[in-house]
Amino acid sequence: MQQTLTIALVGSGGAGVAVTGEMLLRAAGKQGYFGLLRKAFGPQIRGGESAAILRIGNAPIGSFKPTVDVLLALDWANFSRFEDEISITAETLVFADVLAGDTPIGLSNAATVVSLPFSSIAQTHQSDRPNMVALGFLGRMLSINCDFLETALLDRLIKKSEDIRLLASNSLRSGYDYEGANSSLKSLSLPELAEAKDRWMLSGNQAVGYGALQAGLKFVSAYPITPASDVLEWLAKPIEKVGGHLVQAEDELAAVNMAIGASYGGVPSLTATSGPGLSLMSEAMGLAVASETPLVIVNVQRGGPSTGIPTKSEQSDLNLAIYGLHGDAPHVVLAPLDIADCITVGASAMQIAEHLQTLVIILSDQFIGQSLTVIDQPTTVYEKAQRVTAVVNENAVAYQRYSLNESGISPMAFPGQEGMFYTADGLEHNTTGIPSPKASDHKSQLEKRRRKVEQYDFGEQWARVTGEGDSAILCWGSLASAAEEAIIEFKSLTNTKVIALRQLSPFPAEAMKEALEGVNSLIIVEQNQSGQFFHYFKSQMDYPGELVSFATPGPLPINAYDIAQFLEGVRA
Amino acid sequence: MNSRPGLKPKEYKSGVKPIWCPGCGHFSVLNAITKAFSALGLEKKNTVIVSGIGCSSRLPAYIDSYGFHGVHGRALPVATGLKVVRDDLTVIAVGGDGDGFSIGGNHFMHACRRNVNIVYIAMDNEVYGMTKGQASPTTPELWDHSKLTPHGPQVRPFQPCAVALSAGAGFIGRGYSGDPNGLAKMISEAIEFKGFAFIQALSQCITFCPEQKEWKDIVREFDQPFTDDSVEAAMRLHGDDGFSKGVIYRKERPVWPPEPATNVENIALDAVGAGFQL
Repeated sequence: MQQTLTIALVGSGGAGVAVTGEMLLRAAGKQGYFGLLRKAFGPQIRGGESAAILRIGNAPIGSFKPTVDVLLALDWANFSRFEDEISITAETLVFADVLAGDTPIGLSNAATVVSLPFSSIAQTHQSDRPNMVALGFLGRMLSINCDFLETALLDRLIKKSEDIRLLASNSLRSGYDYEGANSSLKSLSLPELAEAKDRWMLSGNQAVGYGALQAGLKFVSAYPITPASDVLEWLAKPIEKVGGHLVQAEDELAAVNMAIGASYGGVPSLTATSGPGLSLMSEAMGLAVASETPLVIVNVQRGGPSTGIPTKSEQSDLNLAIYGLHGDAPHVVLAPLDIADCITVGASAMQIAEHLQTLVIILSDQFIGQSLTVIDQPTTVYEKAQRVTAVVNENAVAYQRYSLNESGISPMAFPGQEGMFYTADGLEHNTTGIPSPKASDHKSQLEKRRRKVEQYDFGEQWARVTGEGDSAILCWGSLASAAEEAIIEFKSLTNTKVIALRQLSPFPAEAMKEALEGVNSLIIVEQNQSGQFFHYFKSQMDYPGELVSFATPGPLPINAYDIAQFLEGVRA
Repeated sequence: MNSRPGLKPKEYKSGVKPIWCPGCGHFSVLNAITKAFSALGLEKKNTVIVSGIGCSSRLPAYIDSYGFHGVHGRALPVATGLKVVRDDLTVIAVGGDGDGFSIGGNHFMHACRRNVNIVYIAMDNEVYGMTKGQASPTTPELWDHSKLTPHGPQVRPFQPCAVALSAGAGFIGRGYSGDPNGLAKMISEAIEFKGFAFIQALSQCITFCPEQKEWKDIVREFDQPFTDDSVEAAMRLHGDDGFSKGVIYRKERPVWPPEPATNVENIALDAVGAGFQL
């Protein structure tokens, strides 16, 4: 039985709230717990508002609950900005530093606020970081071994002086030993677990990079954009370790074209961006398709349109990812289902792009991209991506880069190979690559590019299907965990299966049909306003049963409770 | 340098018939490039021509080597990505003035700064030819032959060499299609130069700018050889009307990336994964 606790930490930007949440998750992970940490920021770098929302439990966690069990405020400045995100009940334990300022009016009605002297305890250790004290306090409340907390803290301060590390450590231990918050807290403890070995803590943005590296990624082009920058920043050092390169480009147009250039040279290549950047890249996405150059773009979705809500999640780039290319440009769109799944999808995107010599877009989002989680160390080793390469033809038949065959995949030559010269071209071309506006060449080249994508066997990875029943929740990408939790936690949904789709395009119609056999009611859940996936589904499938759309925009995460409540409403 | 002397200039041509108009300066630039290849004995298999969109950007198909004909304005990013991962190749980006200085202007500046070891030949005819004769960034202010700008562009022309200098290009030259031998020599030097090498190749478009036939009477050599002093080079460029040719500036500095790509196997990945350990 899954038991979890949800803890929210709030404070001004720069108060160390996010890093405290991260250290607490790491220590809980060492103790054997799983967890999920979501950091919420305003757009300001410092002096804005920040919150860390942490859910800890005895089994892997992929989504949040609507309410929090514990709220700890280092200060109440700008707390009002989180009122939508941090929901308090009468049972919520609320703690605030004595210097936190006035308790927000709405809060004091909902729960008793216990004032604690974090800042004065910190001062006794000549520290101005009450967050260290709070870390100790929260750790004690969750019965986490103080040594684990200290290790997490000292690892984080590894570059600081010995004096600073000692002060921080003393602050932590004072918070841990603080008795003022009494014994009623014991009820908060989670089931005891054995200390965990071989667990990892990582974000989806790191995981997708790691998966891509496993599959042989050797070139990254980068233009910073929230919330995708940390894919690129994380890759900067590992890419050197595997002998590859990362180039910081002057804009997204350069980034995507650099990746295409490197890939043309024979090297698996990737760039990462978010909605506005993906819009800028869309012309070159068509170039990758037409020139048949392998390319992976990781698009970490944020609230749109335009600049939208850069620091918050949404699933609203689906239309752009599927339809945003001019001309008829078949390509592949994949969506990772959770943070751990980002590794798998990162690797398979590289493999598919290389094998099919086309564009693969990974539709991740800010929620899984920037949240941190604890997972069992993965044991799967992903194969290096393989291109179908050309070999010199001894029969003196001239090399045809875009030759026609059943699979639609033409063997690709690389610069450096003798006797197979060609010019890769975004202009429509004949089989040798020479520009050609002829109707027959256009038709045959369009068909080959469609054939290779549509005929490819994506295998079992098309979706994750869980549960059984005559009704189903169909979702895609990061909503998988919330939907999967809903059918376990809510009795009203016991007769419901979840189809969490990874392969968005080409649409896996056959597999979907099979999964929907015996399902007479289908609810499509997605995090955007207009039901982008709902409309896409209807364009691809003739589903005879009851079909309902539950589409709601960001920035708030959709959780299991939201899904259950909606479904119960539909059925009532 | 790959040395397999013996191939004649015409042996570097693919045999694909250029789409260019009779009298187009680009034929001479193409000849200058193949002459340079022949002089250096470049191996075809290790040579890649990268381009964007426009009349001049059709050039890769006319050379018998590897090529990449991408989208408008993005030749330099494609060439950059390619050279970064394949230091063994000679990578040459080509294109026109609209492609390079207007839609691709940002890449031009940053390629000069980045100093990847590639050559960029901008074939400058001061006009968008492929779209039938609109003003480009280098068109004279009062050139009123385009329906799009009936009073002339009324905008000060872009100064490619001066921009290249201020953005940090290490090799800057101006050539002329009317002097293919001089241009071929300049291209050879640019290929051998370590770092980003920029050549503005004046290349007349007699279809839309017949007045450019007069260039043959105007274009002359700079009266001094190249300098490695950027202030001196700037003075010469600002005192010039844009029709003096020759290498203007040469100064090598560290190329990017400092380390060529290598192939390290999976051992490194274990260390990467270890970073996620709790």
